[in-house]
Amino acid sequence: MTMQKTSFYAILLAIIVAAPFLFPDFTTQLATLWLFIIVAMTWDMTGGQMGYNSLGNIFFYGTGMYVAAVIAIGLVYDVGEYTGASGGGRYDFTNEQYIIGFILGTLGAGVFCALSAFVLGYVLFGLRGPYFAIGTLGTAIAAGELVSNWDWVGGGQGITLPVYGGDYDQTKLFIYFAFAVVGVILFIFLKWLYGTRFGAAINAIRDDEEKAEAMGLRTLRYKLWTWAMSAFFVGMVGGISAFQLISFEPLESAYQTINLGIFMVVCVLLGGKGTLWGPIIGAIMFQVFKEVTWNYFLGWQWVALGALIVITVVYFQDGLMGWLQQKKPEWFGIRIDQKEAASEAAK
Amino acid sequence: MDQILGNIDLLIQFPVVNLKIIIDGVMIGALFALAAYGLALVWGVMNVKNLAQGDFVIGGGYVSWWLANNVGLHPLLGVPVAFVVMWGIGWLTYKLVISRVIERDLFTSLLATFGLAIMYAQLMNLMFGSDTQSLVLDVSILGLQNNYYFADGLIDLPAAKVIGVVLAALLATGVILFMKRSRMGQAIRATAQDARAARVLGIDTEKVYAFTFSLNSAICGAAGAIIVMVWVIQPFYGITYSVRAFVIVTAAGLGNLPGVIAAGLGIGAAEQYGSHIFGIGYQQAIAVMLLLAVLVYRLLQQKRNRQVLQ
Amino acid sequence: MSIIDVSSVSKSYGGVKANSDISITVEKGGITGLIGPNGSGKTTLFNSIVGYHPIDSGSIKFEGQEISRMQVPEIARLGLLRTFQQTRIYGEMNCVENMLISLPHRKMTFWENFQPNSKQDHEKAERLLEFVGLYEKRFLRSGSLSFGQQKLLEFAMALMNEPTVLLLDEPTAGINPTLINGLIERLKRANSEFGITLFIIEHNMRVIMNMADQIYCLAHGELLAAGSADEIQNDQSVIDAYLGAH
Repeated sequence: MTMQKTSFYAILLAIIVAAPFLFPDFTTQLATLWLFIIVAMTWDMTGGQMGYNSLGNIFFYGTGMYVAAVIAIGLVYDVGEYTGASGGGRYDFTNEQYIIGFILGTLGAGVFCALSAFVLGYVLFGLRGPYFAIGTLGTAIAAGELVSNWDWVGGGQGITLPVYGGDYDQTKLFIYFAFAVVGVILFIFLKWLYGTRFGAAINAIRDDEEKAEAMGLRTLRYKLWTWAMSAFFVGMVGGISAFQLISFEPLESAYQTINLGIFMVVCVLLGGKGTLWGPIIGAIMFQVFKEVTWNYFLGWQWVALGALIVITVVYFQDGLMGWLQQKKPEWFGIRIDQKEAASEAAK
Repeated sequence: MDQILGNIDLLIQFPVVNLKIIIDGVMIGALFALAAYGLALVWGVMNVKNLAQGDFVIGGGYVSWWLANNVGLHPLLGVPVAFVVMWGIGWLTYKLVISRVIERDLFTSLLATFGLAIMYAQLMNLMFGSDTQSLVLDVSILGLQNNYYFADGLIDLPAAKVIGVVLAALLATGVILFMKRSRMGQAIRATAQDARAARVLGIDTEKVYAFTFSLNSAICGAAGAIIVMVWVIQPFYGITYSVRAFVIVTAAGLGNLPGVIAAGLGIGAAEQYGSHIFGIGYQQAIAVMLLLAVLVYRLLQQKRNRQVLQ
Repeated sequence: MSIIDVSSVSKSYGGVKANSDISITVEKGGITGLIGPNGSGKTTLFNSIVGYHPIDSGSIKFEGQEISRMQVPEIARLGLLRTFQQTRIYGEMNCVENMLISLPHRKMTFWENFQPNSKQDHEKAERLLEFVGLYEKRFLRSGSLSFGQQKLLEFAMALMNEPTVLLLDEPTAGINPTLINGLIERLKRANSEFGITLFIIEHNMRVIMNMADQIYCLAHGELLAAGSADEIQNDQSVIDAYLGAH
């Protein structure tokens, strides 16, 4: 790594650590920003790098929430009894129970989601193009509906985690750093992954899957692993979100297909598909847009977001990075044979 | 579990209940088939997979509901009015968005229409509120009873539902005749087969696309105006109608009209059975699970042909 | 010793018999050619072998293993590789990247997949690009190359994959005639130096006569003749088929 790069990353890390202390009033928004960055980056693993546009990654978010909550509660109480009481009776978390529940819950959520990605992917990856998108969307909607009928996890009411006595501001900071740690690990992981043969293989699947199959790539295995890795991180942040929200219900906050489920796609498109930085930049752009509309178009914010999706998809689908790549291909190390390109154009 | 077994037992003990479920299912299925036919049309002609399909349905329902409540329009007249209004909205949607995604990859159209679906649902939420709404169709002025009873009252048949099915059938017949007989219908079918060839032969495909999409929206709108009489609507119910339309089209295949109708009726019946056995809360889940089941079935079918589903 | 055994394969589309009762063998280490006029069923047979559609009856064996029910990726992983008539390369990547992605993944362990490409991989990629004459253009976006160059790149990618058998679908189609001799030369060297068995569909009689040890000729979905280049050249039925006589 060059000196320049090292100092760039050092400054970045310093900003990440300092941000919640510099802007203490915005800790929750900053945590949400991390959530968007993480889900956008994980969506890009399949959508941008592998060419499989999932509309159902929110499935892992919702499932992660539930798994984490069930683990955290189950360590201390009987889950069925707890959800059955739904507010009646007093249930607490001690400091220790909270921390252990948090760690085991989020990790368990990640592992569970990765495993379910293997199972679901085995069926869904037989579908290509729009069928994959519709199939994954269907899976997420179905999961939300089924969970809202499942009384053991609280049915349509959802789950409210036990009361935790910790300091409110400290908890907010804790949540922020939990997101930030997952985000930084994910970034390092992806930076490494995209440089390996595996990364090249999933790019090949995106560019021409039939060719990749004909060249003997183990396409199904690569697809399953990519989705599972992506699901692992989404499940973890889902778990963290459960602790952040404390109280959540299945359709609006866990399996929120038409909110976060689609927003993650829009973040990636805004920033630029198939690049390491695109989803991050896109998530920041989206979050800023969202906050602005929330403040100035109150009541109309959802319509504005819908319009943003449509406009992004129709007019700006390559995103910021894609636009730069076209304007300045040399920045990205792309070389084109001028002579050949000219003769192609002349044809 | 006991309850599920009990519900199944009920079906065996009282076979006539099956009849009621099937009648209900077929009635609602006829309306699903309408929306699915519109989807198949747009999908086949311009290769756009419209996820806002259900929102057009709900939109049509609100047109009729609003006019009935504010102008006093009779619900039956709401059907043609919704057809016309939604035609206009479909045309606008086409000009503003759809026309720019036709030539692009399939995910683009899927995502753009998903965005539209969210926008429409939220707009309806702002305009009409998030409560469920319905209209009561009083047919006594036509000299009919509002409810007919059969089999010792075990089966009740509201006149509104029967009229709804009849209207749906009329609409479907009208559209089919239009597609078969009219010049525009022929142009649409030609474009569906080969847009480029159609262009070479002097068909204005841009016009055909705009017309097809508006027609689809209008069909959905009319279906919605019928649904508001026999069922309830709510701004966010659109997505489930879209999912149902996708189930039907995926199961039946494009350009297979009898298949679309059969699949529509079948899904209506399957949903009614499902909600009878598992409880009403599972109704939406069943629609989606059927989609997954159909996709898996098609997948296995293709695998035998050494192909994938794309 | 034969490596591909096609025996009594039939395939029809609706009522049209594209292949009927065709039996051919491809000898290990040799160059086998498949010729025939347009619509004679060459590509259908080719697609049956590589797994693009099911066959109606008969059997196809690769190294003694029945492959007629396998899917494309499974067959490819056995080391039976194909090139496409309309070349298929990863247009957004440069030539070296195209080569590196063509490393034989079937020979890698799971953990080797998660390693970056080694120096040897890069050297091998550049050596093969030099072999097909694309060394100068190795860092160019492959989509910007001419059709002929893309075809050469696809060939180099196939070599990178170290296949046991390489099936080529009309390798000279669309290539500038002045370059054809060079391509024939390279195909022969791929066979002799890398030991890759070649099975070539070719429309151009001159090309195939120059290379193949054994030639099969199809017409109207049936096997018309089989034999060495000389035998085929002097076979009256082959001449008739090509001249359109019935």
